[in-house]
Amino acid sequence: MTQIELRGVQKFFGAVQVIKDLNLKIDDNEFIVLLGQSGCGKTTTLRAIAGLETIDGGDVLIDGKPVQHLKAADRDIAMVFQSFSLYPHMSVYENIAFPLRAMRKSKAEIDGEVRSVAKVLQITDLLGKKPSALSGGDMQRVAIGRALVRRPKAMLMDEPIGALDAKLREEMRAEIKRLHIKQGSTTIYVTHDQIEAMSLADRIVIMHEGVLQQVGSPSEVYTRPANLFVAQFVGSPVMNVANAAVTMNGSGARVTVDGAAEGFLFPAELVGQLDAANVGQDRLALGIRPEGVMVSREPAYGYLPVEAHIIEPLGSYDIVDLKVGAQMLRARTRSGFVGKPGVQVFAKLDPAQAHFFDTTSGNSLGVRL
Amino acid sequence: MAAVTTSAERSLNKLAIVGVLIVTMIFLAPIYWIASTAFKPRNLATTIPPTVVFQPEISPFVKLFTKRSQLRTAPTPEQYAAAPWWERLVFDGGEKVVRSGRGEVQWSGYPSRFMNSLIVAITSTILAVGMGTFTAYGFSRFKIKGEQDLLFFILSTRMLPPVVVAIPMFLMYRAVGLNDTHWGLIILYTAFNLSFSVWLMKGFMDEIPKEYEEAALVDGYTRMEAFFKIVLPEAATGIAATAVFCFITAWNEYAFALIMTNRRAQTAPPFIPSQVGSGLPDWTVIAAGTFLFLLPVAIFTFLLRNHLLRGMSFGAIRK
Repeated sequence: MTQIELRGVQKFFGAVQVIKDLNLKIDDNEFIVLLGQSGCGKTTTLRAIAGLETIDGGDVLIDGKPVQHLKAADRDIAMVFQSFSLYPHMSVYENIAFPLRAMRKSKAEIDGEVRSVAKVLQITDLLGKKPSALSGGDMQRVAIGRALVRRPKAMLMDEPIGALDAKLREEMRAEIKRLHIKQGSTTIYVTHDQIEAMSLADRIVIMHEGVLQQVGSPSEVYTRPANLFVAQFVGSPVMNVANAAVTMNGSGARVTVDGAAEGFLFPAELVGQLDAANVGQDRLALGIRPEGVMVSREPAYGYLPVEAHIIEPLGSYDIVDLKVGAQMLRARTRSGFVGKPGVQVFAKLDPAQAHFFDTTSGNSLGVRL
Repeated sequence: MAAVTTSAERSLNKLAIVGVLIVTMIFLAPIYWIASTAFKPRNLATTIPPTVVFQPEISPFVKLFTKRSQLRTAPTPEQYAAAPWWERLVFDGGEKVVRSGRGEVQWSGYPSRFMNSLIVAITSTILAVGMGTFTAYGFSRFKIKGEQDLLFFILSTRMLPPVVVAIPMFLMYRAVGLNDTHWGLIILYTAFNLSFSVWLMKGFMDEIPKEYEEAALVDGYTRMEAFFKIVLPEAATGIAATAVFCFITAWNEYAFALIMTNRRAQTAPPFIPSQVGSGLPDWTVIAAGTFLFLLPVAIFTFLLRNHLLRGMSFGAIRK
């Protein structure tokens, strides 16, 4: 049973504040992913929890006890590094046994535990090899084995599969998930890859410039991004964002993006919800994911004529750039749905998938239609 | 790149090999000269042109290790017959081995000077490399105020030719009683080598990823344990390379050894030329002393050759 809590954590590197008042509570057995661009403070946060970095303010609590004054060795936390950090002069066996030797366990105990971990990770036949003789994926397995072997209170992973090639990354992702389900230890995982974050996390913690942006399940952060940063960081292809004006038109609302002649049709409640949010028209941005842009080849009610520009065929679907006013709106269509660039098609926005943001603060206005 | 060689490249390769052979021979010539002289009879050591083909003998080594005096009259056949084989070699050279009143062979100063050299060179190398390794680790891993200035200061101790300070050092050593002591030379050589050792080891330490130690820290070890279990084995190559250089410097040092020591702690370099023979200079004995003196460095370097080769190219290749 391990809970980790960060309370008002602050960290400076010289004059630069890399972690700004970070509060986060991680439950037992939870798989938390810290997601953000490089330099956002996610790795520093992880290192602060591990005890490899001191903090300048706040508390790091493990099972309710402040540990910020404890050395890394006394926190009973294991860490997997991006570069794997396998000790080059030791065999795989010695690498995995290394944390157990620090615990002064008997030879027989060490042997039993190393072999059982090796079995779980299917690396038994590698035990006699040196790290330099291993492939990237095997190195990763050994690094995870070294972290798992002493059954730490929590596992910290710093971009553990970032250095692998794409195919292997996918395999290892599945393996890490499988291991977590099987071993069930509290895990904090750092990555800049939102696909990794979405596929692994129980909850994703998105950070930007040392500030926590949003904490939530993968579907929460995807469907209800708290602000423009989260909206555009999570999801691939990126969410369309455009400055927009909302007008009432008969029974419905019209949302006109910058430079467009006509507006998309929205339910009338939009106006009420926007009024409640109290944001001026000049500060309003519309966000919609490519799958929220519906495309028709025939004119239909509510669909506006648009011109198709670039078409990216991605196998199972296409991404089509549609010119709307001064903007390009990216839509996701069935593959081959739009024949070729330059043709006229018709587009409509799905109000249920539309997001509205205050461009000044970047925050979501919480409009739900 | 395809491994295709043209005939021009092949002849260029052969030329390069010939070039390497010539350079190697130039480098080895003095060593051959010393080694061959060490096994020559005395009368062939200084012939012009030099004698290349001769019957090797070990009398120079016997003479090197014993105290001798000139024979005024040739030994009687009984004396000659009673002497052990090695003593006859000295008789043949027109000298006799000095014996004490009880008939014990008197040793020359060479073995004790050789031992002094070993004691001084090994101890000062261990000290210089040990302190250098710790210092370099500190500079490499921790934020130190004025790090660049401190490193420059350490380097600056090598900017003066050491001999410049020989006289003041001599006076200071005499005042504190370090003259002609092992520790005197050890401290001196450690001080010479320390800056070199710090700089070389810093380069090696910087190459060792910090994450190895961090992994060890998280794995439950203290920083000291991480240093000994992880950093030191990783730095072995650097330590070996640094140790060879420090050892050679201390082993070969002549000027300070000549000034600071005269008997008890004298090392081999100032001793060898002082023992040019009991009468006229005996170059074969000097060559024998020099030849033996070359061996430890050669053996030490040979044993560490793999580390040295890696050490020389360390950091040149991105891993």
